[in-house]
Amino acid sequence: MTVTLLGSVDVDALSKTAVPFYSESVPCGFPSPAAGYEDTRLDLNELCIPRPSSTYMVRCDGDSMNGIGIFAGDILVVDRSIKAKHGDTVVAAVDGAFTVKTLALKPKVQLLPQNRRYAPIEIKEGSDLQLFGVVTHLVRAMQR
Amino acid sequence: MPIYALCDMNSFYVSAELLFRPDLVDKPCIVLSNNDGCAVARNAPAKALGIKMGAPRFEIEEIIQDHGVITFSSNYTLYADISNRVMTTLERLAPSVFIYSIDEAFLDLSGMENLGSLASYGRSVVDTVKREVGIPCCLGISTTKTLAKLANQGAKKYPKTGGVVDLTDPQRQRRLMAITDVGDVWGVGRRIGKRLKALGISTALDLADANPAWIRKHFSVVLERTVRELNGIACIPFDDNPPHKKQIFVSRSFGQRITQLSDMRQAISSYMTKAAENLRNEGMNAGMVTVFLRTNVFNQNQPQYSNNVSRTLMHPSSDTRVLVTVANELLSSIWKRGYAFMKAGVMLSDFYEQSISQQGLFDVAPIDSRSTQLMATLDKINRQKKGQVVFARDGVSQSWQMKRENLSPCYTTRWSDLPKVR
Repeated sequence: MTVTLLGSVDVDALSKTAVPFYSESVPCGFPSPAAGYEDTRLDLNELCIPRPSSTYMVRCDGDSMNGIGIFAGDILVVDRSIKAKHGDTVVAAVDGAFTVKTLALKPKVQLLPQNRRYAPIEIKEGSDLQLFGVVTHLVRAMQR
Repeated sequence: MPIYALCDMNSFYVSAELLFRPDLVDKPCIVLSNNDGCAVARNAPAKALGIKMGAPRFEIEEIIQDHGVITFSSNYTLYADISNRVMTTLERLAPSVFIYSIDEAFLDLSGMENLGSLASYGRSVVDTVKREVGIPCCLGISTTKTLAKLANQGAKKYPKTGGVVDLTDPQRQRRLMAITDVGDVWGVGRRIGKRLKALGISTALDLADANPAWIRKHFSVVLERTVRELNGIACIPFDDNPPHKKQIFVSRSFGQRITQLSDMRQAISSYMTKAAENLRNEGMNAGMVTVFLRTNVFNQNQPQYSNNVSRTLMHPSSDTRVLVTVANELLSSIWKRGYAFMKAGVMLSDFYEQSISQQGLFDVAPIDSRSTQLMATLDKINRQKKGQVVFARDGVSQSWQMKRENLSPCYTTRWSDLPKVR
C-alpha cells in the first residue's frame, strides 16, 4: 500500500473543529428544516458550573451515600447560591467536619445517609444547621 | 449626588481559611505574613486575646502557645481565588464596582437611593456574599469615598449595625465623626494624625470643621481633599485608579540565609520571572531594572552588606529572558562572597506601553515578534497550572524559598487539594 503525503496538519485548526455538535437529534427519513445548524463545542462548565463564584468542589471520602450512587473518590460540585429544599443532596458541617447527606425538612430537620449502616443526623431545634451548599453534579472517572 | 459604598471583607485571610475548616470556627486564628513573620489577619477570638495587627510572631509566641491560637501561613493562591469570587458577586449586585484591594471594593450606587432603602439594599449585598461565597463582609454607604470608608469602619466596630451603615444623612455623619479618632480617617494615618492632634484636631469632626485652606497650607492638598470629602463633597473620582503602576516590586525574605551565588541567582531569576509576568499583565515594557540584596541588619554580630544596582535598558522590554539576563548581570556586579544574605529583590520601573515601544535607529536585531508570542504562550501555560514551565535558572530545589510551615491546601485551585466530605 502506498501513502501520499498531503502536507502537515494544522493542529490548532483541527482542535477547533474536531467535535462539531448538532443540537438536533437526527431522525431517519424526513430531514428537519433546521437540521445541520452547527453550534459551538460543548463546555462542561456551562452545564455543571453556571455560577462559578458560588460553586466549590469537594471530594467524597466515605460510603454513607452509596445508596444513591455517591462513592468515595467522587468529586461533588456544590453550589452555595441554591436554597436547599427537602430531598436535596447537601454538604453540611457537622461536629466540625464536612459531610454529604440528603436533607430532610419534614417532618423534622434531619441529614439522612443513604446507607443502612449509618444513622440519620438529627438537627435539634434551636441549633443551626451549618449548610455549606447544595450538591448539583457528580464527577467520576470511570477508569481509575 | 453620588452615592458610594465600601465593601470590606472581615478578617479576610482568616475568613477564607475558615470557610474550609468548620472545626476551627470559634477558635482564635491568625494568618502570618511571608516567612511566617507577623500576624496579618486575626479573627475576633484572636483579637480578643490582644493579638495586634502586624505583631511579629516572636512577640505573640506566648499567647499562641498558651491559648492554642491556630496559625496559618499566607496562602495567597486561595485568597486570590476567594477574593475574585466576592468581587464577581459584587459586580453582579451593583451597577459599578471598583476593586480597591484584595479585600475591599467600592460600589457606585448613585441613583439607587430612589429605589428604596439603601440600608436594606446593603444588607442584601452582605447576605448574598456571605451565603454564596461564604465570606462575611461589611458595607458602609455615603456620599463620598472617605465617608463611605468611615461608615464601613462604623459597621465593623458596632455589631448592632448588622454590618451595614447608611451614612448619607449629614446629621448622622457628624455624629459618627464626633466619636472617630482623626487617625482613623482614610488618608490620614498615624503620623499626620499625631501632628493634627498636637494642633487640637483630635476627632474626624474636628478635621471636617477645619479650614481647608489652612489645612492645605500646613499639610497638603491631599489632606485638604480629605476635609472636603468629610463635608460630603466628592473629590476622589469613583474609578481613581493610578493609570499605570509606576513600578513592580518582587522581594522576599529567605527561609534560610543565602551564602552561595548559585542560590541567589535562582532567587533573583524567579523573582524576575514573576515581575515580568506582572509587567506583561499590565501591558507594559520596563525601561529600568533594579536588583537589591541585603544581610540581616538586626544581627550585628555578622558582617553587614547591602547594595542595589539599576540599569536603564536601551530597549524597554517585557521578555522574561531579557529581564532575567539583565538581572543576573546586575547581581554579579554587586555580589560579594562571605555574607549571609537575608533578603533580595527586583524592581521594574520606567514603564512604556507595549504598543508604542520603538525600535532604535541603530538596532541590529529587529524586535523579535516571536518573543512576544513565546511570552504569551508561557503565560497561558502557567495560568493553567502555576510554575508548569519555568526557566531553568529559577532552580528546582529552591532551598531559599520562604518559610511556610502552616500552609493550608489550595482548596479551590488544585484537584489534589479539594476539601474532603464524608
